[in-house]
Amino acid sequence: MAAKKLNIKDKYRLLTRDLDWEFSYQDRNKAFPFEEFEGIKITDWSKWEDPFRLTMDAYWKYQAEKERKLYAIFDAFAQNNGQLNISDPRYVNALKIFLTGVSPLEYQAFQGFAHTGRQFGGVGARVACQMQSIDELRHVQTQVHAMSHYNKFFDGLQDWSHMHDRVWYLSVPKSFFNDARAAGPFEFMVAIGFSFEYVLTNLLFVPFMSGAAYNGDMATVTFGFSAQSDEARHMTLGLEVIKFLLEQHEDNVPIVQKWIDKWFWRGTRLLTIVSMMMDYMLPNKVMSWKEAWEVYFEEAGGALFKDLARYGIRMPKYADIIEKEKEHVSHQAWWTFYTHGHAAGFHTWIPTDEEMDWLSEKYPETFDKYYRPRWELAKEMEAKGERFYTKALPQLCTTCQIPMLFTEMDNPTQISYRDSIYKGDRYHFCSDGCKDIFDDEPEKFVQSWLPVHQIFQGNCGGPGVEDILRDYYQMNVGVDNMDIKGSPDEERWKKWKGVA
Amino acid sequence: MSKVYIALQDNDESRYIVEAIEEDNSEATVIHMPAMIRIEAENFLAVKRETVEEKMGRDWDVQELHVNLITLGGNVDEDDDQLTLTWNE
Amino acid sequence: MTIEIKTATLEPVRNTYANVERRFGDKPATRYQEATYDLQSETNFHYRPLWQPDLELNDPRRTAIVMSDWYAFKDPRQFYYGAYVQQRAKMQEVAESNYSFFENRDLARFLSDDARAEVIRYLVPLRHVEHTANLNNMYGTAYGYGTAITQAQLFNAMDRLGMAQYLSRIGLILDGNSGDALVEAKQQWLEADIWQGLRALCEETLVTEDWFEVMLAQNLVLDALITDLVYRQFDQKLSDQGAQDIGMLTEFMQLWNKDATRWMDAVLKTAVAESNENKELLQQWIEKWRGKAAEALSPLAEAMLGESALAEALEQLDKRVAKAGIK
Repeated sequence: MAAKKLNIKDKYRLLTRDLDWEFSYQDRNKAFPFEEFEGIKITDWSKWEDPFRLTMDAYWKYQAEKERKLYAIFDAFAQNNGQLNISDPRYVNALKIFLTGVSPLEYQAFQGFAHTGRQFGGVGARVACQMQSIDELRHVQTQVHAMSHYNKFFDGLQDWSHMHDRVWYLSVPKSFFNDARAAGPFEFMVAIGFSFEYVLTNLLFVPFMSGAAYNGDMATVTFGFSAQSDEARHMTLGLEVIKFLLEQHEDNVPIVQKWIDKWFWRGTRLLTIVSMMMDYMLPNKVMSWKEAWEVYFEEAGGALFKDLARYGIRMPKYADIIEKEKEHVSHQAWWTFYTHGHAAGFHTWIPTDEEMDWLSEKYPETFDKYYRPRWELAKEMEAKGERFYTKALPQLCTTCQIPMLFTEMDNPTQISYRDSIYKGDRYHFCSDGCKDIFDDEPEKFVQSWLPVHQIFQGNCGGPGVEDILRDYYQMNVGVDNMDIKGSPDEERWKKWKGVA
Repeated sequence: MSKVYIALQDNDESRYIVEAIEEDNSEATVIHMPAMIRIEAENFLAVKRETVEEKMGRDWDVQELHVNLITLGGNVDEDDDQLTLTWNE
Repeated sequence: MTIEIKTATLEPVRNTYANVERRFGDKPATRYQEATYDLQSETNFHYRPLWQPDLELNDPRRTAIVMSDWYAFKDPRQFYYGAYVQQRAKMQEVAESNYSFFENRDLARFLSDDARAEVIRYLVPLRHVEHTANLNNMYGTAYGYGTAITQAQLFNAMDRLGMAQYLSRIGLILDGNSGDALVEAKQQWLEADIWQGLRALCEETLVTEDWFEVMLAQNLVLDALITDLVYRQFDQKLSDQGAQDIGMLTEFMQLWNKDATRWMDAVLKTAVAESNENKELLQQWIEKWRGKAAEALSPLAEAMLGESALAEALEQLDKRVAKAGIK
């Protein structure tokens, strides 16, 4: 009998989509209990279009090929002391933020997609989530392995997981993913699968990784781009989820729009830290944050929302504010870390004169006017031996948990404050976007584990900042923190390079 | 009009794929960046198995594209013969 | 003699991450150690999950099993993602060459009508059981505690999806890619009396709430029995009927079972050794699910293999349980 040839779609349908069945002995809703409480209406899971049709045998084959290549490079990097080839030891501080701030998010993505990969009633959607779950596990593990060699030669990477659970600025990324995972499965997909993966991770993984390559960091660019090769599948899943939800029922449209508004705002806030990594922490520059934002958010995101307009979906709320903020956020964030450099798990510094000139060129409207004067002042103080560190602990936004560092966009010298009163208590926010999110779900956000509040309540040891850093955060005080100038990282680098 | 795009790791395999894309999509723009190659086009871009096979001189599965892929933008449709990216206007 | 070249200026500051050092000392660590220990967030969660507000996002209380350190569940295979996919890629390469050989040489034509019917009746419907196993292992991945055991369950879940797909391919090979064999096998699964006990049991595991119990019911009890019945006894029966070539298509599952058994036995042993409370609970669960499974599988085993088949399989299970220190 001559077998007929099956095309990839039919084959995938037969091998995968047909595995599930209608229950006869138990209530199926008990096996998939979380599908209804968010108000999303799914009328027919069989309408799900598989975003990609990778069977497990092909998955093992291609992923093993990627892993072989990747680990060959990690081995070569370690054997040849690849850390000596980076542009400048300042660069490694971006990796410290990456490992303590981003890699644990990959872990949470692994967990979140395992949850949806178990809970969705449709087998096509479930399997796609499962594959993303295992990919995300791959990402955290390859990142830990890529940084393993750096950890042997630089400070501040060593206790990344412990830090992620405790350190004040790391509650920003942690709470972002906790928020998504604590939500229902459909909101999680819109939050992470769509908003984060489809639009926002590109900003981290593409221009920043290109920057890693440009700064001689072979290990990071290799894991970054290797991870991105999975990301293309994740992006396709994110877009499919949105289209599926919007096509299933018109009542889903306003719910999805609300989630898009929330998660683009939350994602934009989260990326503040990436903006400063791009503009201030890469010694060799590939593109400015503003340029990256224009390519990956405005252009790519704009095309996406034009495409989605047919479903009645509009651009995320506050897109106009977001557009203005690209001129400011990297400068405001780096200044905040510079002035809190004694309480950070990485080193900070004043940009060099050439770097300031580059920033002037890339930010002609804002850098010289608002930000260069601060750095000139910091330089003067440093020259007098009075490197500036602020004494105060910052006030945090209850929603995004970022210190109140953002300004009003029509007056960039005025810090932006908003507040709400809920059950007699006042809560503070950095923006209308964050206030809206709180006002919509106050019961959720009053739970926020705000690091500064926790410190004041005595839940993080103390009493002094240094005690907290040493005992609660487990940092090596005087080694992991403070300015790059005079740090052990810098001393070692000079020794390796034979410079005084 | 919106741009669809695809970015590949800058390596030997990708060079053949990029050649094939250029041949099949005359309107596409190829941009070389550190460690990556980005190709963009208005509304539509196709990566065709046959052309890639011709360039490489061997059998090539469309799913192999994922090994060298960095990112893409647009609605994806993948079958045995090609991967296409489109925006609906 | 070992010669150590001194490069004074390139001395590492430390040998591994601090969490690994706290567990194993300041010495170079394995990739498994760095990619496994303490990865999961332990404290200071921001919000209770809307879908389970009585518990934290990561919470050890989703099972009644209690461990002082959830990272005691070291995987004897030391699988992290990279090691796992590379191991499975090797296995799939062999499987792929077996499947193509079988297809290209059209070995299906040597199967008797009886053997072909038996494969469709007894082997192909197992794809639905693998699908259940996929969900049950995803359950432990999502709600389990500590990377050591959750990652191993994720690998197991993906393996089960892979095996469900291989079993489906066996159907497609037998029906010339029409899908008829899959339809027939599904009808067996949904309607034939011999399958209903197992189907009801699968559905029951899917609504069971304690993830450790689910893992035990699936990966120990059901897997041990089905492996012995299908991949040992039924395989032997097919060989005896001259249908030994089917063994080429199930070699992956045979190999896989060895691998998974090694892991599951280690898990059980560790959980038993932790405390008497664990031991008693595990014993209860095993008895409960062993009883249910024996009842569910009895008509299937008898139809497929004859009267004594199930007893043989149960004996294998009991040996493994005893080896883990129960009874």
